[in-house]
Amino acid sequence: MSSPVMTKEGKVRDLRSKEEIRAERRKGRTGVYLVLPGLLVLVLFFALPVVVLLAMSLYTRPPGAEIGQFVPALQFSNYATVLGAYWPELMRSFGFALIATTLALIIGYPMAYLVAVRLRERKLLQGILLVLLIAPFFSSFILRTQSWKQILADEGFVAQTLKAVGLLASDGHLTATAFAVVAGLTYNFLPFMVLPIYANLERLDTRLLEAAGDLYASPLTTFRKVTLPLSAPGVFAGTLLTFIPAAGDYVNAALLGNNRNTTMIGQVIDSRFFRVIDYPGAAALSFVLMVSILILVTVYIRKFGTKDLM
Amino acid sequence: MSTSLASEPTQAGNGRTSEGADLHLNKITKRFAEFHAVQELSLTIPSGTFFALLGPSGCGKSTTLRMIAGLEAPSSGSISIGGQDVTGLPSHQRPVNTVFQSYALFPHMTVLENVAFGLKRKKDRKAMEKARQGLEMVELGHLASRKPAQLSGGQQQRVALARALVNRPQVLLLDEPLGALDMKLRRQMQMELKGIQTEVGLTFIHVTHDQEEAMTMADIVAVMNGGRIEQMGPPRELYELPRTAFVANFLGKSNLMRGVVKASHDGVLDVEVAETEVHVLAERAVTHEGEIVVGVRPEKIHLSRNAGDEPTHSNELSGTVIDASFTGTTTEYLVDVPGVGRIGTFAQNRGEQPADVGDTVYLSWDTSHSFGLAGDEQVAAGVNAT
Repeated sequence: MSSPVMTKEGKVRDLRSKEEIRAERRKGRTGVYLVLPGLLVLVLFFALPVVVLLAMSLYTRPPGAEIGQFVPALQFSNYATVLGAYWPELMRSFGFALIATTLALIIGYPMAYLVAVRLRERKLLQGILLVLLIAPFFSSFILRTQSWKQILADEGFVAQTLKAVGLLASDGHLTATAFAVVAGLTYNFLPFMVLPIYANLERLDTRLLEAAGDLYASPLTTFRKVTLPLSAPGVFAGTLLTFIPAAGDYVNAALLGNNRNTTMIGQVIDSRFFRVIDYPGAAALSFVLMVSILILVTVYIRKFGTKDLM
Repeated sequence: MSTSLASEPTQAGNGRTSEGADLHLNKITKRFAEFHAVQELSLTIPSGTFFALLGPSGCGKSTTLRMIAGLEAPSSGSISIGGQDVTGLPSHQRPVNTVFQSYALFPHMTVLENVAFGLKRKKDRKAMEKARQGLEMVELGHLASRKPAQLSGGQQQRVALARALVNRPQVLLLDEPLGALDMKLRRQMQMELKGIQTEVGLTFIHVTHDQEEAMTMADIVAVMNGGRIEQMGPPRELYELPRTAFVANFLGKSNLMRGVVKASHDGVLDVEVAETEVHVLAERAVTHEGEIVVGVRPEKIHLSRNAGDEPTHSNELSGTVIDASFTGTTTEYLVDVPGVGRIGTFAQNRGEQPADVGDTVYLSWDTSHSFGLAGDEQVAAGVNAT
């Protein structure tokens, strides 16, 4: 059973010459040099701040200290305090983000499909629609969100139409509601959903769709069995790119929500940090948000990101 | 190869057992903007036939196939399979399956899942079992769990074939499925395809631009050109008796000469070609008077240094050898015949070369090998078509 590469001890002997091994190592070292700048940036602007954030979240405010004065400590009760107080806002953030991601997928997939597949032969129209898709990025995020206030205003056409068809009570409002916040989130993060799906569907081989039809699959079955599984990497990237920023967003809730039942965790962190000047509390919440997203995303990747959908 | 697939008839696309079915195309036309891809094409393909649609690229053969598959709607005309009009049916409701030129295997599925795809859509309870048998038939059972990307071109081609065949379609469409394979594999797959068709007895419609492929595989060949069928029939018949210059030149090679019919007696036409008289059987001629194009296949011509070398040959032309190329089994000659043009022929290698470049030679052939085409034919039609 002994092959030439096995020594008596059963170890695999390296059959390459010393020269080859040295060349291999040199190649490996070049790779390390190339990664260094990026690594440095990550350490300086990500790893280090995270450590500082973690430390800050455990600081304490000594009795009699001025506002904004904290001393290093290991006060883990900070976490219990903020979680106890802001648990609903955290859950709401994930709830809103989930709804907004789902809506963005439902709205965004057909858009991506239209531009990437249906208009494949009509390059000009395809280009125009692509530009329109990216156009919102050329204007301010705050302004765009603000304009939703106008769109959803009581005298605006959306509210009027909904009232006319009886979907909204005659004394109802759209502004300052959870609906407005989710609409704003959906709108603002839609391009992050559409673009990855577009990039994926653009490479879709439409001959496969013909083949599926030829093999008795109805258009719906073809979509379910061929198009969707093949575009899964795009959907996967799109949902992550939408969900993560949406969960941490505070602009939409601040501009389009109210102070009662639309407050998101980002808003809380913002106010703890800038208004209440509770640095440890804000840091602890930030950390909780970061870890929760990390856990959610890991579960998501484990469940869908592997062979099942690829 | 296992015969289990052939012996058990299974449900076809729309519920009836299939042993292949007649296919009728009734005056189908396909227009793309200004371009007529297919023009008023009518065709009947009997059940169980291996039918080849042969033609150069752009002749409309693939469009015709796509219309049968339901991937393209005809601008006018109708299509029926086994007596049922399918013109308005979408592709997924037609009892046909296609082996695509690009194979179009689903990259996210295993080989087995690919083969089972059609069966599963038809809710066949034995889908997996039949898919396995299908893979065995193309001798790929051991690769069932691989992804298509892990297979070679020839293997992918077989998977595509199995994926279509396991559904026992009434008509199997093959869109140049061997085009991407190298010559050796191509010849091998031609044999296998023909074998499988004989075994399962389905109607096969094979689209190709390779005349040799069409002739070796098909029971009936239809030569297409410019969106129409030029001629249709068994390969030997098409080869021996072409009815148009295009068929004469595209299917093998032909020597075509312009002439005028001078007389007709006992079923033989006397045709004056460049001050010489050649003969054509009237039954082998499209036209019986006036201008005519007389053709003869190169291998039917006997080449000799002496006049009257073959006494039974009643047609003889003389000319000068302008090219002789030795290929091993034969020597190919190009002979310049004054007033006629260049005539091609070849001589079997029987140990000595019958003529050299510059020699004056005599070309003779039997009258029964001449064929007559309409006088207004372009003698070069289809010569360089691919």
